[in-house]
Amino acid sequence: MATDVQIAHQIDDTGVDLDAKLLLELYWQMVRARRTDERTWVLHRQGKIAFHISGIGHEGIQIGAAYAMRRGYDYAQLYYRDLAFAMAMGYTPHDFMLSIFGKAGEPTSGARQMPSHFSSRALGMLSSSSPVATQVPQAAGAALACKLRGEDRVTVVTLGEGSTSEGDFYEGLNWAGVHKLPLVCIVQNNIYAISVPVHLQMAVPNVADRAPMFGIAGAIVDGNDVLASYRVMSEAIQRAREGGGATLVEAKTYRPVPHSSDDDDRTYRTRDEVETWKQRDPILRFQAYLRERGLLDDEAIDEIEQRVRQEVDEAQAAAEAAPYPPAEDALYPLFKPLDETD
Amino acid sequence: MADRPITIREALSAALREEMQRDERVFIMGEEVGVWGGTYAVTRGFLDEFGAKRVRDTPIAEMVIAGSAVGAAMAGLRPVAELMTINFAFLALDAIVNHMAKVRYMFNGQFTVPMVIRTTTGGGKQLGATHSHAPEVLFAHFPGMYVAVPGTAYDAKGMLKASIRDDNPVLFVEHSTMLQRRSPVPDDPDFVLPIGKSDIKREGDDVTIVTFGKGLEWSMAAAEQLEKDGIEAEIVDLRWLRPLDLEPVFESFKKTNRCVVVEESLPMFSVGAEVAAQLQNEMFDYMDAPVKRVAAMDNPLPYSREIELMALPDAQKIVAAVKEVV
Repeated sequence: MATDVQIAHQIDDTGVDLDAKLLLELYWQMVRARRTDERTWVLHRQGKIAFHISGIGHEGIQIGAAYAMRRGYDYAQLYYRDLAFAMAMGYTPHDFMLSIFGKAGEPTSGARQMPSHFSSRALGMLSSSSPVATQVPQAAGAALACKLRGEDRVTVVTLGEGSTSEGDFYEGLNWAGVHKLPLVCIVQNNIYAISVPVHLQMAVPNVADRAPMFGIAGAIVDGNDVLASYRVMSEAIQRAREGGGATLVEAKTYRPVPHSSDDDDRTYRTRDEVETWKQRDPILRFQAYLRERGLLDDEAIDEIEQRVRQEVDEAQAAAEAAPYPPAEDALYPLFKPLDETD
Repeated sequence: MADRPITIREALSAALREEMQRDERVFIMGEEVGVWGGTYAVTRGFLDEFGAKRVRDTPIAEMVIAGSAVGAAMAGLRPVAELMTINFAFLALDAIVNHMAKVRYMFNGQFTVPMVIRTTTGGGKQLGATHSHAPEVLFAHFPGMYVAVPGTAYDAKGMLKASIRDDNPVLFVEHSTMLQRRSPVPDDPDFVLPIGKSDIKREGDDVTIVTFGKGLEWSMAAAEQLEKDGIEAEIVDLRWLRPLDLEPVFESFKKTNRCVVVEESLPMFSVGAEVAAQLQNEMFDYMDAPVKRVAAMDNPLPYSREIELMALPDAQKIVAAVKEVV
């Protein structure tokens, strides 16, 4: 078991062998998710949308994890803070904008489910949940299905550290341990479950300390370091794919914004604390690393920002212009008709 | 092929076995389903026949039994999960209500959840208030899952096979005191009953008794007594609480103009309440008497034998209710 990770300012690229093109793609994915997320906050403050739950600050672990997967083959069962993860799986700013505006053609739910409940059969994203941690038993079930079929598909499930207090977390990982399921469970430990700090969720210092009780591997990683996250996730996914069973990966990170658009984090933490963590921002750290390696300069950063801004602008405009779903969409058939095939 | 009298237990077992032989995506999991052969011996012999991959003993963890079945179903298998009693399904309520029943609707039909949760229901065995209620109506409250409540071996087999073959989720509720009841059942491996069709179990012109599950047994006994008094009861067995098929009830009511609803569930917000509401909406002009309801007492079910039975419906209570309306 790794000891407590010192959240550093550097990037640890030990054992990571990604070419320049891929490194820049990771950076672009992080920026793209961040700007989409920031725009959503603005739209909420403008009164244009009802609600937003943000993934800002979590891009390191999410992009690192997604790129460690065989995307389009492996399953992901994500939670509501996983915008960057979902986008790395193939979900787009346009999809998200349709979702937050509740417009017709929204691809994951036909605009019937809340935003940030990422689900796409085509992208291998199983349904995601609002009651926290319910995705863990479901992901264990998906992993069981893959194992029963003799596939080498891996299921990755994500949740926050607050969700690990739920019974679902224990039942799901216990099941994964008993049957040595090809599952990787990522806990994005951002220290707060809405306002309740982690020391009031658990009496052990690390979420991953619980791995031995399930008989599965545990790992702790600096979730604000995209390359370290990629490495740890690659190891866990490889273990799962090769029949070595499940891993509980704890990614240490921080949520520099409120839990959602509906709470004020000034009531439960100091501005000093938030500012300190902003210095460890996963995008700024990766940007500094890429600069040091000569892969990124001011001009290239601007070019990426402009490209992302254009995509987000266009996504927003298209979603605002799109029609609302017709009233009869509320009556979407609950049951699959007998004669309908997939 | 000839029908042959078998028990509900044998009917359930045959249905499961035939469907597992027919479709290799079907597998079963639950507490005690493997080595022990099921709490009610429905899966006895399955572990040897189908192997541990398809017959999976689970930890005592209802949430993961139901939740992982949802995941496995979304990933393309057809799990039949067993919960020891429906009273323990409360521990898995979120997986059942928020996920099993809603995934297709919430995610635009991208995922269907072709799974069955088999569970037992009912009192009368002195198992106390946390084992003995018949709360299947509670699950029928939520749109998105079928709720099966068979009362005969014939229905149990045909309905379970239909549930496993259907692409939608089903809560399949078996009555724990009726597993030894015997009736003729076809051997035909393709004997399947339609989902959501109720059934006339006894014909009569004087009163319509609407019931399901254990209520069928009590109602049939009551009808025999009523017959001696010259009252012919028509008994409609709902068989499914979702989809709820009240057409035969309406048709019967046009003839009898009187109705008694019999159920083992608690009386408040019950099947009786639903049937009475729909009858007064659809059949107001045919009504000659108020709709009567026979249900369990509005209490947690007591343990001691005599007071437990007192708290449950029985044939005498049904006879009395019928005599109030004819």
